This record gives sequence, C-alpha cells and structure tokens, in this order.
Amino acid sequence: MWDWVKIIAFGVIALFAAIAANFARDLAYQVHALIIMAVSAGMFIWSVRSAGEAKPAVETGYMDGVVRYGVIATTFWGLAGFLVGTFIAFQLAFPALNFEFLQGYGNFGRLRPLHTSAVIFAFGGNALIATSFYIVQRTSAVRLWGGNLAWFVFWGYNLFIVLAATGYLMGATQSKEYAEPEWYVDLWLTIVWVAYLLVFLGTILKRKEPHIYVANWFFLSFIVTIAMLHIVNNLVVPVSIFGSRSVQVMAGVQDAMTQWWYGHNAVGFFLTAGFLGMMYYFVPKQAERPVYSYKLSIIHFWALIFLYIWAGPHHLHYTALPDWASTLGMVFSIILWMPSWGGMINGLMTLSGAWDKLRTDPVIRMMVISIGFYGMSTFEGPMMSIRAVNSLSHYTDWTIGHVHSGALGWNGMITFGALYFLTPRLWNRDGLYSLRLVSWHFWLATIGIVLYAASMWVTGIMEGLMWREVDANGFLVNTFADTVAAKFPMYVARGMGGVLYLLGALIMTYNLWMTAFGKKMPNAAAVPAE
Amino acid sequence: MDYHIFREIADSWALLALFLFFVGAILFVLRPGSRPVHQDAASVVFRNEDAPAADANPETEVKQ
Repeated sequence: MWDWVKIIAFGVIALFAAIAANFARDLAYQVHALIIMAVSAGMFIWSVRSAGEAKPAVETGYMDGVVRYGVIATTFWGLAGFLVGTFIAFQLAFPALNFEFLQGYGNFGRLRPLHTSAVIFAFGGNALIATSFYIVQRTSAVRLWGGNLAWFVFWGYNLFIVLAATGYLMGATQSKEYAEPEWYVDLWLTIVWVAYLLVFLGTILKRKEPHIYVANWFFLSFIVTIAMLHIVNNLVVPVSIFGSRSVQVMAGVQDAMTQWWYGHNAVGFFLTAGFLGMMYYFVPKQAERPVYSYKLSIIHFWALIFLYIWAGPHHLHYTALPDWASTLGMVFSIILWMPSWGGMINGLMTLSGAWDKLRTDPVIRMMVISIGFYGMSTFEGPMMSIRAVNSLSHYTDWTIGHVHSGALGWNGMITFGALYFLTPRLWNRDGLYSLRLVSWHFWLATIGIVLYAASMWVTGIMEGLMWREVDANGFLVNTFADTVAAKFPMYVARGMGGVLYLLGALIMTYNLWMTAFGKKMPNAAAVPAE
Repeated sequence: MDYHIFREIADSWALLALFLFFVGAILFVLRPGSRPVHQDAASVVFRNEDAPAADANPETEVKQ
C-alpha cells in the first residue's frame, strides 16, 4: 500500500513540476521546477523498481548511516563555502575578478549570499543535523525515532540547499540577509524542519535515560526557535504561483525589526545554541571527563535562551526604530555577555585535571580554541552593540571581522573537532589517519583566522574614522572611494587568511577520507609527547 | 485585541511571569540535594556509546 502511495505521489509531483517549468515566469523558477521534476522522476523510478520487495528486518542499533552521510555533506559544503568565501574576498581586493562573462551569475553580489548560506546553512546546518542525530541517540540510549524520516530530513535539507544556492546565482532572492530563499524554497524548508523536530522530539520522548542531557536542550531550543523565526520572517505573498517573486507582508521599520529579530536569533540559536549542544557533548567525550559543572550548564541554557531573543534591535541603531527598542536590544546584548562567558568557562574548565591533553591531542586543542573564540566574540559582540561603539563600527569591516571570528573560530573549529571525533567512530576505525595532519590543520586555520580578524579590525576602525573625519569648517575630509583605496592591503591580507583556512580544510578532508576509506592502518605504537 | 492591550499585558503580567520562571529555573537548579542527580546526568555521555540500552532493564546495561 505504502509503495503505491509513494509511486503515485512522486509521479504527480514530477508531472506538476513539469507543468510549472513550462509556465515559469522567470529563469530561477524554471530551473528549480526542472530540478524538482528530475528528483521526483528519479524517486518515482526507484519506487517502482523497489515496490513489493521484502522489507529488511527492523534494525535495533543506533541509526548511524544518516550521520555518516551528514559528515560527508558537512565536509563537502564546508569546502564549497570556504572556496566561494575566499574567492569573493579576492573579488573585493581585485574587482577584475568580477569577470565580464560571469556578469549576472558570478559577480560579488550573486556569490556573497551563496557564500553565507553555504557556510551557515549548508556546512553548519548539516553539521548540526548530523551531530544532533548522533548525540540524541547516545544520550537517550535509543535508536532515532521515525525510521526513514531521518533520511527525509537529510536529503530534504540538502535539496533545500541546492535550490537556495542555485536560486541566488540566478537572482531569486527576497533580499533579506540570511533569509534570501524565495517563498517555495521557504515552504519546502518548513516541511523538512517539522520532520526534523519530529525525529528529534520522538527520540527524546522514547529515551531510556531518565534525564534529558543538556546538549539535547540546546539542540531542541535551536530547532524550535529556528522554526518560529523562519515562519515569521518569511511571511510573503507570491506574485504568481509560477514565479519566484513575492511581496513582504510587513513593510518599513516593522519589516526591518522582524528581519533583525530573525537575523540575530539565527546567530543566537543556529550558530550558538546548536553548536553549544555540540560543545556539551564532544568536549566531555574528548577530554574523557564529565562537564565541569552541570548546574552551570543548565543555568547557561536558560539564561542564554531568555536573553538572546531580545538582542536583535542592536542591528538598527540610528534608524527609524524607536530609541527604546534599540536601547532594549543593546541592554540585553550586554547582559548576554554573562551567560556566554559562563558557558565558555564551563567548557574550558571541563579540561581541569586534563590540561596535559592539550599537548598530546590536537583534536581537543581544536575544541579548546573554538571555545576561546566563542568567549572572544561574545565579548566583542556586546561591546559593538553599545550605541556609541556602534556609531563607529556599523557598516564597516569590523562587523565582518567580528562575524568571522565567531564563524571561523567558534563554529568552524568546534565542527572540525566534531568531525575528527565522529569519523573514526562512524567508520569503525581505531583512530584518525594522521594526528600530525590535524596539527597542520589546527595551525593553518588559527593563523588564517588571526590574519582575517586582525586585518578586519584595522580596516574597519580605519574606515569608520575616515568616514567621520571633518575639517576645521565641518566638511567631510574623505570621499567613500578614498576609504576603499586605503583598505586594499587589508583586503589582500584577509584573502590570504581565507586561503590558509581553506588549505586547512583541504588537509582535513584528505585526513578524514583516509580515515574512513583508506586502508585500515595497523595499530601504531603509542607516540610519546613531543 | 488591539495593539495597546496586547502591549499592556506583555510588559506587565507576561514580563512578571517570564521573570519568575527564569528565577525559579535557576533556584530549582541550585536546590539542595540536586548534586547526585546532576552528577548522574553529567555522566550520561559515557554510557551507551555503541548500542542502545536494552529494553528490559536499562540500569543493568550501564557500562562499568
């Protein structure tokens, strides 16, 4: 019966996608309809061929196949996102790289959302889905709930990424930062996200451990809050059912406030709460010690989710937003400093009594530096949210530097640590292919971030000061083009930082590939500490 | 319900309720006698690494 439902559903979807491609009003919509048609047709054929086959016996172990795919997807999208990021960094330094033959597809304006979505949603999102599936099973002591629904989440999410990324290149965007995908892509993500919530919640509900481990609280708050943010910020009316354009329901300052309520909580709940879930599992596992203070971890959780949700208005200082609202956002951002550092201390102190591991284990070194960057950017952020500081830093490259010390340092490094942790376990190997290569990755990535953050501090503060410089008569001293010219050396330094970071990720990919698919290594003798 | 009533409720009773929940959650965490519970919870990550707990009795499946 279920086989027939699937066959009919895939056939009908493929047919409607073909009709939609025929009536499409714009290129992006047409290409997307063709992609959906091809995927559904493929699924249709696969369903027909496998119809009536005996179902394999119900498996009872942990469901790790989907986590393995998630690890591969995370690595792949990471490389893609870092590569595009490095390229657009050089496009800013050398505008000639906006090639004439790529105008309208490969220029900075089209590639920039491709980069942000690739690293945040493709790299970060796949990492979050994979690690949350891995962690919720181990800490609940049960197999994932919902059978193949977990596979639907994985493939559905990656289809969302393909639709979003190809859409940006063809100009399908509602021009909301980090929420660029158009209405039909948003609808698809909503379906996938509800399935994700069901799998995660179902697993927690049938858990065998009496307590819900703190990492799962963080993951759950991430899933629920992202669902809420996604729906409210994407309230639009499509212009046509056969086109990608849509009109926002909210307008003016309400729209701006909704967007930055969304935007900042995407940082707070996607890039912070979710990744803290990783931290609270992988750091204790790698250090082989329980978390420093479980009480502090619970207080960290409640304080973080209670405060973060109010911090968004600090993106709208000196705008049409009422002063009280931006002051509220600023105050909550500053209060947020405390739970953030509470969490940082909790993560770092988990190593108390095991600090010697930093000398011998490059994986834990990676996790520790990621917590360090978490602490650094959660200090920098509240400081930049203060109205007086923001008047200097806003619209400058300081903001970009801040974002990248958080994204490359905190999110990137903790994800690399998680990938190094997961790969030998998921592919049933004794250990990583090479710890020396992990050290190389660690140093390349760290030096890359330092180059990036330092050059952006210098250029950000410099251009902020140049913009506000007035002469004795009150006239502005610098034109905008003067600041662009002055930034050139820092832009090149930033691009070099990106190259180092990308190089580290390539080394990681080789190392993980050899760990998972290389020849099984004979047990190496223990290596003494250097 | 118009905006102003909504706003009145939000910055009085809703604010109070959220604040009390927040303070209550912290006090609950710090309650006397919670240490063994939290120590047990913190060690969850070191159990059931390779396979789910058996259906019959999860306590006996705990490693070590």
